[in-house]
Amino acid sequence: MAAREAVYGVMAEFDSPEDLLAAAHRAHREGYRQMDAYSPFPIHGLAEAIGFRRTWLPLLVLIGGVLGALAGFGTQYYAAVIDYPINVGGRPLNSWPAFIPVTFEVTILFAALTAVLGMLALNGLPMPYHPVFNAPRFALASHDRFFLCIEAADPRFDRQGTRRFLESLNAREVTDVEH
Amino acid sequence: MASDATKAPAAGGHGGPILGAAYTYGSITDKISLIVLTKDTPWSWLVGFAVGFLLLQVLLLGLAWTVAIGLGTWGINVPVGWGFAIINFVWWIGIGHAGTLISAILLLLRQHWRTSINRFAEAMTLFAVSCAGLFPLIHMGRPWFGYWMFPYPNTMGLWPQTRSPLVWDVFAVSTYATVSLLFWYIGLVPDLATLRDRARHKLIKLGYGVLALGWRGSAQHWFRYEMAYLLLAGLATPLVLSVHSVVSFDFATSILPGWHTTIFPPYFVAGAIYSGFAMVMTLTIPLRKLYRLEDFITMRHLRNMANVMLATGLMVAYGYAMEVFFGWYSGNPYEIYMLLNREGGPYAIFYWALILCNVLVPQLLWSERVKASVPALFAIAIVVNIGMWLERFIIVITSLHRDFLPSAWGMYYPTWVDFSLLFGSMGLFVALLFLFIRLLPMISIFEMRTLLPSPATTRASRGAAPAPAPATGD
Repeated sequence: MAAREAVYGVMAEFDSPEDLLAAAHRAHREGYRQMDAYSPFPIHGLAEAIGFRRTWLPLLVLIGGVLGALAGFGTQYYAAVIDYPINVGGRPLNSWPAFIPVTFEVTILFAALTAVLGMLALNGLPMPYHPVFNAPRFALASHDRFFLCIEAADPRFDRQGTRRFLESLNAREVTDVEH
Repeated sequence: MASDATKAPAAGGHGGPILGAAYTYGSITDKISLIVLTKDTPWSWLVGFAVGFLLLQVLLLGLAWTVAIGLGTWGINVPVGWGFAIINFVWWIGIGHAGTLISAILLLLRQHWRTSINRFAEAMTLFAVSCAGLFPLIHMGRPWFGYWMFPYPNTMGLWPQTRSPLVWDVFAVSTYATVSLLFWYIGLVPDLATLRDRARHKLIKLGYGVLALGWRGSAQHWFRYEMAYLLLAGLATPLVLSVHSVVSFDFATSILPGWHTTIFPPYFVAGAIYSGFAMVMTLTIPLRKLYRLEDFITMRHLRNMANVMLATGLMVAYGYAMEVFFGWYSGNPYEIYMLLNREGGPYAIFYWALILCNVLVPQLLWSERVKASVPALFAIAIVVNIGMWLERFIIVITSLHRDFLPSAWGMYYPTWVDFSLLFGSMGLFVALLFLFIRLLPMISIFEMRTLLPSPATTRASRGAAPAPAPATGD
């Protein structure tokens, strides 16, 4: 196993979303892949700029919804037809139109829970510790500043070279990020 | 105020700006987060919370009385088995609907003005649903067996009867409460991270830090976050329409005159949005004044909300008209008698009060002068809140108290316990709302930032930007 890099990565701070977006594009063109951008609000096109294009989340939500529909209808069917059949005026035991409202609600419930829990799980949250918080000015990432961190795990990472590259990108400040 | 602001950055569309003055990412963050991160609690907050807290004690008294002695302490009787409990339930759940409408439907419709009121409206939804859920629970008489309503394997070998709209209600309302909570909490996470990073006191930092789940604003996270938020909005939209439809099925699937109509689901949904917007208006008007948020909740917001109220109010008025028309057109003597009894029977005064509150008074909103007057909007919103409560009173009571056989008729008179539960639930609502305002950002900070132009485009004019409100330090 390769020796662990002395730092987690090198981080550049920017004033505006446009500067960050331009820097992310440049870094990606330069061949960097292991990097992430941090901003106080979602920026259109930023995830794409660092090479992150798709998420499984919609598919997961669809699966959650289908499972919810099956669970909702299945429970009612099991209760009304198999486990406790009652003949009410000769009406069919599987009176499916009456089961639709509950099926619908359970579908929404499962899909919504999947959307939230799936998003958190794919994002690896909750995560109480992360090295980027060691960057001295990183608290501003939730305020008014924009950050790009190229990680040491990237094969092209070179502490001095990457630093010089980031400094050339109209960055306000470039710092090392400790583990 | 909007009119004397400098060139507003987020101006656009008609009806004035949605952001009253020029802000930067930093100043907008400060202004909203300092409402929470300050040691100075405004006296008006203390007064508001104290009122809520006192009324909450009234609720506890009513609940204790109900549980200790029983439902006999209420005004319900044999023809009128659904008294205040169901009226209050429908009223509160309807109020909640505006929050979901603002947060989900207006998001899908790309109505950017929703940004400054959605967090607050979602919180309102959550607290209104809490109040709503209380009433069917205690109306059961033995609320400690409330879990019997859910399907779970049990030693009695019983299942809930899912062909009954009352059981649909359980699923609809509990799903609605859960999804509203998720929507609200997920929307809060990036702002909780802001509070974590801005708080100075270690324990406060820790508290917000735990709730923020380690959010760090990563681009990949934002990408999935926005996707999740959009999907939730898409799921919440049909959900909110289904919830009040299901509530209306409680009435519409019965055979009682006045209840057994197909117009109920859309008419209930429109009424829900109507009352919900009235409540949002009732709450935002004092709050924007109190916390000097006129820059964020501008006249444009109030105007838009007034327009939604006017539109949904007209739908509700159409519903009332159709109830009368179909009652007459059915030729059914019971339906016709129900109408005559509504309009001229013992509860007629409440019917005409409801027409006044919900149909006549809101017509003032056609006038631009009324829509530009904050006190007038506040007064109309209060009137509509009362009117919507009266509507549910009329629906529940007039149909039940005189149905088919005159020998089975009766009257309904609420007792002090009924009133203590009604006003007490308002106390619960107000107390929760004031706690929310004090402890969490009532306006979505990160979404407000997206309304701003980038500093790159305003760099030249930055020197001219007016100073933000003075920070009152932590």
